[in-house]
Amino acid sequence: MTREKGIFRQVLERPLGLAVLSLLAVFYLVALFADFLSPYETSDQDLQKTYHPPTSVFWKDGGLHVQRYELAEPQEMVYRKIEGEGAPIRFFASGYEYRLFGLIPAERHLFLVDEPDRIYLLGSDETGRDNFSRLLYGSRISLSIGLVGISIIMVFGFMAGGLAGYFGGIWDGVTMRFIELVMAIPGLYLLLVLRSTFPDHLSPAQIFFLIVLILSFLAWGGTARIIRGMTLSLRNRQFVLAAEVLGQSSWKIVWKHILPNVFSYLVVAASLSIPGFILGEAALSFLGLGIQEPSASWGLMLSQAQDMKVFMLNFWWLLLPGAAIFVTVIAFNVLGDVLRDIVDPKQKFLSR
Amino acid sequence: MRTVITRRLLALIPMLLGITFMATMLMHLAPGDFLDQVRMQRDVDPDYIERLEQEFGLHNPWYVQYFLWLSNVIPWDLRSDFGYSFHYKVDVWELLGQRLPATIILSLTSLTFAWIIAIPLGVLAAIYKDSVFDRISSILAYAALSIPEFFLALLALFFAARTGLFPLGGFTSTEFEFMSPFRKFFDIVHHLVLPTIVVGIGSIASIMRIMRANFIDNIRSEYVTTARAKGVPEGIVMFRHVFRNAINPLITAAGFAFSTILSGALMVEIVMNYPGIGHLVFHALLQQDQFVVLGALVMGSTMLILGNLLADIMLAWNDPRIRYD
Amino acid sequence: MAKNGNRNSSSTESPSPLLDVRDLVIEFRSRGETNLAVDGISFEVRKGETLAVVGESGSGKSVTAMSLTRLLPEEPVCRISGDILFEGRNLTRCSEREIRKFRGKEIAYIFQEPATSLNPVFTVGNQIAEAIKLHRPEVNDVEKEIIRSLDLVKIREPEKRFRDYPHQLSGGMQQRVMIAMALACHPKLLVADEPTTALDVTIQAQIMDLLRDLKQKLAMSIILITHNFGIVSGFADKVIVMFRGKIVEAGPTEEVLRNPQHAYTRALISCIPRMGVRQKRLTTIDYAELEKAGDQRLTENRNNGANTVE
Ligand SMILES: Nc1ncnc2c1ncn2[C@@H]1O[C@H](COP(=O)(O)OP(=O)(O)OP(=O)(O)O)[C@@H](O)[C@H]1O
Ligand SMILES: [Mg+2]
Repeated sequence: MTREKGIFRQVLERPLGLAVLSLLAVFYLVALFADFLSPYETSDQDLQKTYHPPTSVFWKDGGLHVQRYELAEPQEMVYRKIEGEGAPIRFFASGYEYRLFGLIPAERHLFLVDEPDRIYLLGSDETGRDNFSRLLYGSRISLSIGLVGISIIMVFGFMAGGLAGYFGGIWDGVTMRFIELVMAIPGLYLLLVLRSTFPDHLSPAQIFFLIVLILSFLAWGGTARIIRGMTLSLRNRQFVLAAEVLGQSSWKIVWKHILPNVFSYLVVAASLSIPGFILGEAALSFLGLGIQEPSASWGLMLSQAQDMKVFMLNFWWLLLPGAAIFVTVIAFNVLGDVLRDIVDPKQKFLSR
Repeated sequence: MRTVITRRLLALIPMLLGITFMATMLMHLAPGDFLDQVRMQRDVDPDYIERLEQEFGLHNPWYVQYFLWLSNVIPWDLRSDFGYSFHYKVDVWELLGQRLPATIILSLTSLTFAWIIAIPLGVLAAIYKDSVFDRISSILAYAALSIPEFFLALLALFFAARTGLFPLGGFTSTEFEFMSPFRKFFDIVHHLVLPTIVVGIGSIASIMRIMRANFIDNIRSEYVTTARAKGVPEGIVMFRHVFRNAINPLITAAGFAFSTILSGALMVEIVMNYPGIGHLVFHALLQQDQFVVLGALVMGSTMLILGNLLADIMLAWNDPRIRYD
Repeated sequence: MAKNGNRNSSSTESPSPLLDVRDLVIEFRSRGETNLAVDGISFEVRKGETLAVVGESGSGKSVTAMSLTRLLPEEPVCRISGDILFEGRNLTRCSEREIRKFRGKEIAYIFQEPATSLNPVFTVGNQIAEAIKLHRPEVNDVEKEIIRSLDLVKIREPEKRFRDYPHQLSGGMQQRVMIAMALACHPKLLVADEPTTALDVTIQAQIMDLLRDLKQKLAMSIILITHNFGIVSGFADKVIVMFRGKIVEAGPTEEVLRNPQHAYTRALISCIPRMGVRQKRLTTIDYAELEKAGDQRLTENRNNGANTVE
């Protein structure tokens, strides 16, 4: 697999690839340490401080303080600074308990303030939950869904496409007709129909995997087609014919000769669909059919921003999850393009 | 050519059968069924429910139900019956017909908007390849392709609310009924502006990128040298010779755009509360209003397949090299 | 005459030539590298005369031809210096607008690949009409003129063919259309850049016969570019032989063919595929052999790397 190492190095050699990979590396680190970096849990409400604007931070008595606010106009949810008053920010203080990496019990957080004061770096939502913490937790969903999704797509795309291309015949016909059928249904319709097939009350983990499965079902066809095309052209190449003459079993040929030859394409074709996963999850959660409260997902957070109050009273910080989706999708789009340029510079097989 | 069209149209039939069969199956996998919902509505005549149960054989397993639905849909007596919407209490066909104009208008305006902006931009970016303009426009196109449509719709609503320049969603104002025809027209246009821009922006980006790439490919071809060697001015070389060749692949894009006319604006319709087909389907799904969903699926998928066929026909018509036999 | 040439040919008595190229230098630049494609060549073409430019691939023939009406990329990429005098006017000093009046009207081109040189989405009639409308606004009945020009290149049923799209015609027919298009505006000089290379052998002969015929009928000057000495004899009055951007030999065709002075010319002549004789393989030029022959200039040219690209 030296060739795959080569691809990774080639990505790093390109300025754009390096920039995007660094950005994504930062994102993934943040997602990994989300519990350490967040001052509050995703479900931590404070009904006294709903729609709180981002709190400002100032320096006093040799320490950082978070500004204290009072609710000036309860009707309009206008908060006003109380001049000179603030609460000290404590670093590496102990707060709510969590398990680092899901394993190690811990309670230290990067920063906290003592109750009843609250620190809202990016404001609070309609039940006074911290937008910043929820954004960090939400990144776990968006950043992992694509990776889980492409592993599924790669397996199914290769199995269906590779086998259809190699064996041909009925298997090929059935697979391709089925893909055509799926592709003939408008994607969002199918997404909604599929989602409505399952019960609403599922555990967060179940919902997550359900969404991944549904989105993979929508996306595997494209990858399978690409792989089928490549397999068809490989099937008659010397080394495959030689292996056949030597009496190797078909499965072995597919596994040892076809897979290594299409592998880089498989990876890139699948990685091109990462943005689709992120956007699909966000859309479903936004519609209330995806991740459920009180878990946080960027799409779900945005659904709160649909409230007329948010528009009229200018709670702009509730739109930040949209910006987060946007930046993440751009990063994966750029990465996909860089990968494609490396693997298939003439865009013979992979195109958008 | 004609046989190809016939063949493709015939292929539509098994396709639609497969799609509706799959959809029925999926909907019956869903917990509960619409009958619970209908029975909860006290104003629905119990006799009607009875009749419905008879008519669609609701006591039967789902596959039998499917074939009953199908036998109603197939126009034996020259009349297709797509069933009845429980929520709106009207015939599905009628309901879809009511929502159709809003969606089609939105699709057409956003397509026109997208093409009018994207083609000149793509051509300019190609002619002035690697210039500042080219760089900026391709970065913007990238951004436009990466922004979730529903987020863009939210931003548009936010903009409308903050500035008060545009209505906050909907297709017409509440006092629409009492307006003069001219005011009515203006009212619809006023409501259309933001959804049109939101739906159009994604297509602008993709059309622009295709146009730019095609144009650049064609600028390098030999017939361009021939035209220049004839003494044809550069502007005409670009806009007559190169443009006609570069626009070809976009015709496929046009067919594709046509294919998403019914389903393309789904998210925007939902977010901006625009009463089109997408809006209808979404709420029908939530209410398990199954015949509405089936009807819309049939319509959406037919459009998708017809759109692709249309694209192929237009391509053959525009490019004399392509001939189907 | 040809500066690098070994002989002089001043057989014609006409005082000023139709085309007089002096010290033409063409360089391409890309990513800081310069590629000297043509290195100070001079030649002339008189009225009614046919000049053959022979040389192997990459020797700068096409670039020379294109430079006549500035069909090469613009300044930073490609730089042209020297003088190109056409009927006494210096084309290198012309504005873009003025040079367009020469393209197609005074100097017309036919290219190697008729299949890709014609625009696929327009009918051939349409493409010929474009030239006529551009340079001969006085013509009223353009259609008749198209048919006349198609008739001139011996296309059967021109009144039907002019509605065809290029892909509906065979390669030979396409090349005839290219010739018709080039001749539609009665140019004084026709530049034929390897007009037969992409065609079948039998069709090659037909096209050459046609060109020979037209040359006599229209009394125009022709520059015939080729790497094949075989089609030069009996067609061209004079030959220049190009090698790596320079003219290594020039003179009347018969003389050059009969008594080539330069080792490179001899090598090219020996490459002529003889009709009917099946060769085991096409003779390739053996540079080691040439160097042994001790031609200093040739070796120099090679070593200072006139061709860096490709
Ligand atoms: N657009 C261009 N940009 C850069 N270099 C070029 C360009 N066009 C031609 N050249 C270079 O100029 C040199 C001469 O090319 P030219 O096309 O004149 O060769 P030729 O003698 O016509 O060969 P052939 O028989 O293959 O047609 C080549 O080395 C080529 O690399
Ligand atoms: Mg050439």
